[in-house]
Amino acid sequence: MLGFVLRRLAGAIPTIFIVVTIAFFMIRAAPGGPFDLERPLDPLIMQNLNAAFHLDEPLWRQYLLYLGNLLQGDFGPSFTRRDFSVADLFAVGLPVSVTLGGLALSLALVVGASLGVLAALRQNKGADYAVVGIATFGITIPNFVVAPILSLLFGVWMGWLPAGGWGTPAHMVLPVVTLALPQIAIIARLTRGATIEALRSNHVRTARAYGLPTRVVVVTHTLRAAILPVVSYLGPAAAALLTGSVVVETIFGIPGIGRYFVQGALARDYTLVMGTVVVIAIFVVIFNLLVDLAYALLDPRVRYER
Amino acid sequence: MNARSDDPVLTVRGLEVAFETNDGTIEAVRGIDLDVHRGETVAIVGESGSGKSQSMMAAMGLLASNGRARGKAVYRGRDLVGMRERDLNRIRGDKITMIFQEPMTSLDPLYRVGRQLAEPMLHHRGLSRRAAREKAIALLDRVGIPDPQRRIDAYPHELSGGQRQRVMIAMALANDPDLLIADEPTTALDVTVQAQILTLLADLQRERGMAIVFITHDLGIVRRFASRVYVMRRGEVVESGDTRTVFEAPRHPYTRMLIDAEPAGEKAPPPADAPMALSGERVRVSFDIGGGLLKGPPVVLKAVDDVTLRLRKGQTIGVVGESGSGKSTLGRALLRLLSSEGRIVFMGRDISAADKAAMRPLRKELQLVFQDPFGSLSPRMTIGQIVTEGLLVHEPGLSGQERERRAVEALREVGLDPAMRNRYPHEFSGGQRQRIAIARAVILKPHVVVLDEPTSALDRSVQKQIVELLRDIQSRYGMAYLFISHDLAVVRAMSDYVVVMKTGRVVEEGPTGAIFERPASDYTKSLMHAAFALTDFHDEARRVAQGG
Amino acid sequence: MQMRLDPAADSDDLARSIADAGPSRSLWQDAWLRLRRNKAAVASGLVLAFFALVAIFGPALAPNPYDRVFPQYVRVPASLEAYPRADSIVPEFESVLARARVEVGDISLDGGTISAPIVSGSGIDPRFTRFVERSNLFTNARIVDISADETRATMVADVARTYFFFGTDANGRDLFARTMIGVRISLAIGLLASLTALVIGVAYGAVAGFLGGRIDGVMMRFVDILYSLPFIFFVILLVVFFGGNFVLMFLAVGAIEWLDMARIVRGQTISLKRQEFVQAAEALGVKPGGIVRRHIVPNTLGPVVVYLTLLVPKVILLESFLSFLGLGVQEPLTSLGVLISEGAANMQGATWMLVFPAITLIVILFALNFLGDGLRDALDPRDR
Repeated sequence: MLGFVLRRLAGAIPTIFIVVTIAFFMIRAAPGGPFDLERPLDPLIMQNLNAAFHLDEPLWRQYLLYLGNLLQGDFGPSFTRRDFSVADLFAVGLPVSVTLGGLALSLALVVGASLGVLAALRQNKGADYAVVGIATFGITIPNFVVAPILSLLFGVWMGWLPAGGWGTPAHMVLPVVTLALPQIAIIARLTRGATIEALRSNHVRTARAYGLPTRVVVVTHTLRAAILPVVSYLGPAAAALLTGSVVVETIFGIPGIGRYFVQGALARDYTLVMGTVVVIAIFVVIFNLLVDLAYALLDPRVRYER
Repeated sequence: MNARSDDPVLTVRGLEVAFETNDGTIEAVRGIDLDVHRGETVAIVGESGSGKSQSMMAAMGLLASNGRARGKAVYRGRDLVGMRERDLNRIRGDKITMIFQEPMTSLDPLYRVGRQLAEPMLHHRGLSRRAAREKAIALLDRVGIPDPQRRIDAYPHELSGGQRQRVMIAMALANDPDLLIADEPTTALDVTVQAQILTLLADLQRERGMAIVFITHDLGIVRRFASRVYVMRRGEVVESGDTRTVFEAPRHPYTRMLIDAEPAGEKAPPPADAPMALSGERVRVSFDIGGGLLKGPPVVLKAVDDVTLRLRKGQTIGVVGESGSGKSTLGRALLRLLSSEGRIVFMGRDISAADKAAMRPLRKELQLVFQDPFGSLSPRMTIGQIVTEGLLVHEPGLSGQERERRAVEALREVGLDPAMRNRYPHEFSGGQRQRIAIARAVILKPHVVVLDEPTSALDRSVQKQIVELLRDIQSRYGMAYLFISHDLAVVRAMSDYVVVMKTGRVVEEGPTGAIFERPASDYTKSLMHAAFALTDFHDEARRVAQGG
Repeated sequence: MQMRLDPAADSDDLARSIADAGPSRSLWQDAWLRLRRNKAAVASGLVLAFFALVAIFGPALAPNPYDRVFPQYVRVPASLEAYPRADSIVPEFESVLARARVEVGDISLDGGTISAPIVSGSGIDPRFTRFVERSNLFTNARIVDISADETRATMVADVARTYFFFGTDANGRDLFARTMIGVRISLAIGLLASLTALVIGVAYGAVAGFLGGRIDGVMMRFVDILYSLPFIFFVILLVVFFGGNFVLMFLAVGAIEWLDMARIVRGQTISLKRQEFVQAAEALGVKPGGIVRRHIVPNTLGPVVVYLTLLVPKVILLESFLSFLGLGVQEPLTSLGVLISEGAANMQGATWMLVFPAITLIVILFALNFLGDGLRDALDPRDR
């Protein structure tokens, strides 16, 4: 298994390299630059700034320079927040975003899977329709609608929870719920479909034919099969949580890294955007690896291959 | 062959099963009566759609969610139909057990077989895990799984189909049931494996004295195993009684038809001077099944290994073998649908090196009929379009009207109502679809047709009709057939020359009569034994019936 | 001595009885019949047809143009009654006439016209109408029935009454009209991007699946790499590139969303290629073009159509998300996403600004989702 992990990680290096390359040249191809402010800077200052950040060198030199720094773990200085390096910003923001995303993912898994199984066991009955309806609702309502409503309802009117900010567990409730809702919906639908499929399979018929109690039929012979598609969805889910966190972090005023994406891209803060891309790409790679490991653990037909 | 007592184990009265579907209610079982006595073997025989499986599923409370059962199925004084799940669970897996047709999917792929085997013992007998494991190992040993100490920790996908079915049998025996319901337990298995499994079941029954209900479409199995038989057709029992009586003097025409459905007759060899239609010299086909760039040395499977075959005009060569013997691959290689080594000559022309484009005009003369009548017809085209697609390619000058006329002719030739040509494949039964596939091939008047298990997916009675149709067409146009099949009875009826294949090589070949009467190789002998040992009783019965 | 029982054999009798009975039905017709039996899907189809009509004709039929500013009606709540309200018209009329320094008699309001006798000691001046017209409420002010001594007359004016069924926004624009134009833009964006994704995805996936082998490997490896590029990064960059032009922008969004489509079509193509009917066509000598046209494309259409109905809502949501970030459609044009994010900002005090666009969006997305589910069930009956 260790060999498998190492091989997979090694296989991810070219992927990340290509991602970095595409992202680097794409952001550089965008018009404008980090120092194009509304009031143009004095040409001399501009020149100095460009020289300080190596922007006056040919693009390929900058690319090689960036790659070199990246290999040493150096994300470079932020262009717009000039007192901080990108690494400094991540040191503060990343733990917050990871906490937020991790909690949301866990919540989504627990609630979504439970609802999905419940619906499947009560297929075409009231509870099933309710879950399907809620799930469709969860998928269709944008989180930037949910966020202000929750914030207003529980934060402002009822005053039960803080309407924004970050720090205590109470601060986490609303953002985590907001972020988890669409994932709950998707996971519930996935689980429902997979459970229904599993309940119809021949080996469940065998288990029933051998008089195993319903609990055993469901827990042992259905759920494990039903959880497989959910496991493979975790990769995309992680990516979706990162995207979703842009909105949630903005509305609830959370100091995570999601915001840097939009701000960095709009301000042409090259290093900040590149840093975010790299971090997310690494996350996706690690998540996909974890998904594969979990899958192989759950399904003996899958071996650690490739 | 089994001692019969008047101690009923299962008594079925007026059992009805219906399924609610979008196309209305389907009555699968329409009020059947059935008795199973202690220690006897009862067969329920019927073709697909006869309701033979669903009747037992209903008794076991295993109907699909849209199915409803009515009537009675009494086990030792207790009616199983409508019984609460919890009470039913005390009987299922303990007193009554079941094995299914699909050995590949009947076990949970995610758990080791030992655990699944132990589960019914833990739940019904309250055995400790260790005791259950011990017993599981003993059972695996008894059903003939080699090295049970190790195999008990295998996952289902690590076992072959036959071994999985043995595991299922072990599971069925674990709690010493009164009744074992075997639902087509050998249908998905190769002939030789099938014979082993049947022998095992017979031995176990003698040893343990449980009653067996054998659900099957295969009269050979009925004759060999069952003391009594129920013949089902369209949800009803049309005839029942002592096996010997039913076979010797069938009262119902349907039963008689089933018994006579055995493909009969033989094929005379073509005249000695018949020209060579298609020949393959030292044909080899290999597939890369692993390895490759950066993944170590390539692993090559020799699917067809040095096979030579000469097919003359008007001749039918039967290619016989079990799954994995390379018989289908050989057929496709000879049609140049797969790349191969060796020399292939069609009507005096070497086509070994012909590429796809060069082969295209020749396709008119070289046709193929597939096994699966459900998969080989394009689901979104009408029958007329399917049948005439070849004309579109090879006779592009034909007017639409002319194509239509040819389609009508071809459909009539294969015994289908030409008025159906605007219908879609899913509206036809398996046998009808196979006729459509044959029409698609013969409309081009080819010289050579490769028939790849064309009858294997069909019911016996339908099978016989298709065999007759194929022979009829051959005698009319004098085409050459390469008939690929694992079914020896059909091969005997169809071909004048037989090639026996095993793992890509030819084991034995010769004129049909010689091969069937005096098989030389051990492998052929074992095939023959597995296939025809089952019918000895039948032949004897037929002789008796004919006053021999 | 055996024969294999095929899995579908149990439906054999059924197939036979259908073949004996009714007229011929293709798989598409079958699916259509199944879809028609699905009430949720039918209702969703009707809802979507309704919104399509709204998107096409709604803005032209709305009481007000979507970009007209009514400075006097900033953030008025939704109402079925006309604005201005009767109880505010009369005092306004009174006060403007007072500014003209005339005596006012009984004011009568009759539908769209208001009139009052006026008396002026210094004589009726036609310029009195200017005072009236200065107010936004009144137009076409005129003086009639001037008495012989020119001290008495009747002031008549048309009241500019209008309806704000959904209220107005913070700039005093009609939210009803804006919602309808928002539906138009959102649906257009959804369709545009989805169709782009469809064309690229189907072509890419079919080519990769059909050619197979090494080409397939390289093509799919490329898709994998694109998957690990953060999607939002692409989108934001595209906004930067095509900022002003939303058509181009969403063609570009479609150009990103094709990844899933390509995977689906490739998978379908590969599994179809293994099907015996494709092999049968090859054995008949049909050329690759004919195989793709007659056998592969018709059979991939089902999943593609289903995915399309699920992709449209995804793109609409994406557009909303961009609008929320302030990167969406530019003023005065609007989309449901823009309206919703404005509504969210004004939620306290002007709930209607959030409620109406949000409900509209949710209804559309719901309908698309249910239609997609219904289509999937209809086209793939195994899944029921």
